[in-house]
Amino acid sequence: MIYGSTHIYGDNIDTDRIIAGKYTKTLDISSLATHVMEDLDPIFHKKFVKGDIIVAGDNFGCGSSREQAPMALKAVGVSCVISKFFARIFFRNAINIGLPVLEIPDHDIQEGDVLEIYFEQGKVFNKTKSKTYNATQLSGVMMNIVKEGGLVNYLKKYKTYQI
Amino acid sequence: MGLTITEKILSKHAGREVKAGELCIVSVDGCMATDTTAPLAIKSFKEMGGVSLHDKNKFHLIIDHAAPAPNERIANLHQLMREFADEQGANLFDIGSGICHQVMVDNRKVKPGDVFIGADSHTPTCGALNAFACGVGSTDLAAIMLTGKIWLKVPHTIKVKLNGTLPMNVSGKDLALFVCKHLTISGATYQAVEYDGSAVQQLNLSQRMALCNMSAELGAKTGLVNPIGLKLPYSFSPVFADEKATYSKIIDLNVGNLKPQLAIPDSPDDVHEVMQFNGTKITYAFLGSCTNGRLDDLKTAAKILKGKHIAKGVRLIIAPASRQVLMDALADGTIQTLIAAGGTIINSGCGPCVGTHEGVPGDGEVVISSANRNFKGRMGNPNAKIYLGSPETVAMSALYGCITAP
Repeated sequence: MIYGSTHIYGDNIDTDRIIAGKYTKTLDISSLATHVMEDLDPIFHKKFVKGDIIVAGDNFGCGSSREQAPMALKAVGVSCVISKFFARIFFRNAINIGLPVLEIPDHDIQEGDVLEIYFEQGKVFNKTKSKTYNATQLSGVMMNIVKEGGLVNYLKKYKTYQI
Repeated sequence: MGLTITEKILSKHAGREVKAGELCIVSVDGCMATDTTAPLAIKSFKEMGGVSLHDKNKFHLIIDHAAPAPNERIANLHQLMREFADEQGANLFDIGSGICHQVMVDNRKVKPGDVFIGADSHTPTCGALNAFACGVGSTDLAAIMLTGKIWLKVPHTIKVKLNGTLPMNVSGKDLALFVCKHLTISGATYQAVEYDGSAVQQLNLSQRMALCNMSAELGAKTGLVNPIGLKLPYSFSPVFADEKATYSKIIDLNVGNLKPQLAIPDSPDDVHEVMQFNGTKITYAFLGSCTNGRLDDLKTAAKILKGKHIAKGVRLIIAPASRQVLMDALADGTIQTLIAAGGTIINSGCGPCVGTHEGVPGDGEVVISSANRNFKGRMGNPNAKIYLGSPETVAMSALYGCITAP
């Protein structure tokens, strides 16, 4: 179970604002954590506590294919990202690297609400509001990638894709 | 019931007929990664237990995003790519080769009917060649390096029909921006976009590439063009959509009277007519990128700037999209004209579009750019404003020192 407090962001948060292109060219993933959300929210690091959850509007992660975007969020300690819907490459990247992402088309989560997330079940319980939300079901192949903790482990185990 | 271009290409590569909404595993004809995405892909490939590439002839490494290396950190990543290419006998396009999408087209690494996957979001650019071209991240690419395959959900297709005869001062880029305005930045998420209509049929390959390129800005999985009118320097069998293909949406836009388009800060779908912003002071004009760094883009700018000089206080940075483009533009005098007009030619590659080097704007600067994204901080400085327009608009604006409709 994922448990944490929420930070709310708007629609169309692009990958440049999650992690600017100038920082992406590195294999030192921990260095990305310092700059995550830098151009979007200059006080992100002051208010963010490891394990917190990001809740966004439509189309989170639009723009670049940089896998450094979900990696930076994971590196800083984001436990889950919830969006009404995600940009497709970001969504695949997040699942592939083991960052929990949930698509909840309709919700009333507010800044600071405390959530209990049952990721594999696609259920989110808002402790603050005593409400439950259902996430869009992941496809079978994505669920299996999630179960293995990411695509690297999945392919180590299965050697090829299975649908 | 018929099939869309995407359904036809994916069916062929899945070994069975697949339709929108189905999951499938498809064989990949070609894939690529750049210096932003390749180092992570190589790392993931090795972590997956990868020893040798599934097919070294179908894998291409391109050093284009920060080329030549601006610092030791990136220099070391470039070294890692070179060593991996050597070790695997894979194709490496080193600094100066150009932007991955253009390099693939110049070197015939992507062809009509192909499934082509790139670890770069603008991979739909190659949809102009009647291929299914789709962007992914590094780990998905590593899986292709290992297995030669990718899993995909067959996307629904939006047909965008652009009808009419394009006015002289309106280009493929203006069409792309106009479509962004209509569909918005998330309007084609998870879907394919099939461009059609009389205006599209008039476009050459370069203009079609500009149009497909910005499908990424619609959130699309791929962008393709009806191959009617497509001319390539080799023979090919075009893949057409069936007449009774099913579309999730059909959009009809008349572009016969379209005016030049401009995306204003900070989103590529915040699009207006250039003339509404005529007179907005600029200090920096960028001509290049995978959207508009091709020979005809450079020639268009040269035509406007021939015998003239850009405005005082403006710098015009030009990045030819590939070595081939640079050589062609040198051979016909385009480059000389642009330099004489005060332009600065930089290395073939992504240049300042990705904010890494070769022309980061200063605080408070206003940039007119022929690239595809104007998100805050895109060019490396969140305190600069980026407007996006056609090569014509960029050249006119550089000439007068303010945004100027062509």
